[in-house]
Amino acid sequence: MYQDVILDHYKHPHGRGLRDGDAEVHHVNPTCGDEVTLRVKLDGSTIADVSYEGQGCSISQASASVLNELLVGKGLDEARRIQETFLELMQSKGRIEPDDAMEEILEDAVAFAGVSKYPARVKCALLSWMAWKDATAQALGGGFAEERSEEKTV
Amino acid sequence: MTQLPGLLDTEAIRKDFPVLDRVVHDGKKIVYLDNAATSQKPNQVLDVLNDYYVRHNANVHRGVHVLAEEATALYEGARDKVAAFVNAPSRDEVVFTKNASESLNLVANMLGWADDPYRVDDRTEIVITEMEHHSNIVPWQLLAQRTGAKLKWFGLTDDGRLDLSNIEEIITERTKVVSFVLVSNILGTVNPVETIVRRAQEVGALVVVDASQAAPHMPLDVQALQADFVVFTGHKMCGPTGIGVLWGRQELLEDLPPFLGGGEMIETVSMHSSTYAPAPHKFEAGTPPIAQAVGLGAAVDYLTSIGMERIAAHEHAITEYAVSRLREVPDLRIIGPATAEDRGAAISFTLGDIHPHDVGQVLDELGIAVRVGHHCARPVCLRYGIPATTRASFYLYSTPAEVDALVEGLEHVRNFFG
Repeated sequence: MYQDVILDHYKHPHGRGLRDGDAEVHHVNPTCGDEVTLRVKLDGSTIADVSYEGQGCSISQASASVLNELLVGKGLDEARRIQETFLELMQSKGRIEPDDAMEEILEDAVAFAGVSKYPARVKCALLSWMAWKDATAQALGGGFAEERSEEKTV
Repeated sequence: MTQLPGLLDTEAIRKDFPVLDRVVHDGKKIVYLDNAATSQKPNQVLDVLNDYYVRHNANVHRGVHVLAEEATALYEGARDKVAAFVNAPSRDEVVFTKNASESLNLVANMLGWADDPYRVDDRTEIVITEMEHHSNIVPWQLLAQRTGAKLKWFGLTDDGRLDLSNIEEIITERTKVVSFVLVSNILGTVNPVETIVRRAQEVGALVVVDASQAAPHMPLDVQALQADFVVFTGHKMCGPTGIGVLWGRQELLEDLPPFLGGGEMIETVSMHSSTYAPAPHKFEAGTPPIAQAVGLGAAVDYLTSIGMERIAAHEHAITEYAVSRLREVPDLRIIGPATAEDRGAAISFTLGDIHPHDVGQVLDELGIAVRVGHHCARPVCLRYGIPATTRASFYLYSTPAEVDALVEGLEHVRNFFG
């Protein structure tokens, strides 16, 4: 579960700290108390910045760092594809062995494949990704807010 | 191997608990330190449960056939055993519920529906403490919201004890009921019952004691406690899940109204009204958890055969050893009393800024089972400014070697995330 990539991101997080943003959300994982405050800054349809502050376990913190590294500078369409692929991997209960195509999309985030085997920890890995999706929807003025009720049941 | 005074013969005891031989994660023998969540079950209990279903299963108090009579005798026999175990003056003071939460909800609802002088209403106050399990907070919050009563509580000192310095302002003439935990499930604190009971009696308030973390670990004498109600659960004391106990003083159980209605709790029923069976049956609507009660009776026999004094002494020795060993671990902060004095065998701690979920997960990889989170006592975490803790909790089969395994495991955790 604790791949070196995850531990690296946990010990040396990318882009941590709150900076200017178009929308801010605060998400909590009630079962273990993980928390993240996350801001999204858009530049047209490009993600100019994802800044965050949070507390929680290594999985939730490393996941936020990976998210920052992966999504900043990407177009929104590509970012959504990455988010959806990560969600699919995390919901796979350990049944998906990431192939080259998936690895190309997810880069460091494939390291979380092992976490998907631990139901109690999947929410930790998804916390910042759900927060990003929520914040992006708000930054776009509720563009895909209708999907939110669905994600809460994850 | 470490020898401590007062230890039980754990080598023999552990043979009674087959699950303790489980090997997990490629050959790691399980080190079970999550006893405050639930205890393991000895063969003596498992055999009785199996025998009940194999030989005697029937519904209780209804049939005239041989199985029904045997099942009834076993179920009521379990009540006798539990009554003796807590030194109840009468077997009719022992009400079976499904767990301690149900017992507490039952009391809260009795008082909400009661007539004077027991009735909780908007002129009265309810007192709890900041170290309660959610099961001793939420039922009282519900009662307060529904009746308009005021909910008050005792705060905590920095070293994990109840702050009773303002006891006369907290428990007043308006106080109707004081409900508090005998041994905290998160801090391990053993609370000074006598001080609280004395003040409650001065103002005529009822006293409810949550003994969920006491009944498994020390002699419990409801008469000595001088409480009005005492609750605990079976599964933390070697019994099965699904069986809890409410002990209440007989006159209260007679005076207070039922909460759940149904079969078994009645005397006569017409389409217009019903009269109720005497306690304890008045509070046991529907088919009760029969096998579970019988299993709890077996658990009580098992614990009694070893001796609650001896179990308490064993756990005190283990706790003393664990506290001293844990204090050797750098960056470890015990949340709760820092010594084994007036302390139960549940020890919560934080480890630097490593999140408890990470601590628990890495310990699990070593075969060590601990509990992580807020332990259904979130106000305690808020009080001490921490999101969660790791908790190791011990029982009659715990050994010094298991304490050593935990301490080694924690060193491994520190190196892993360091």
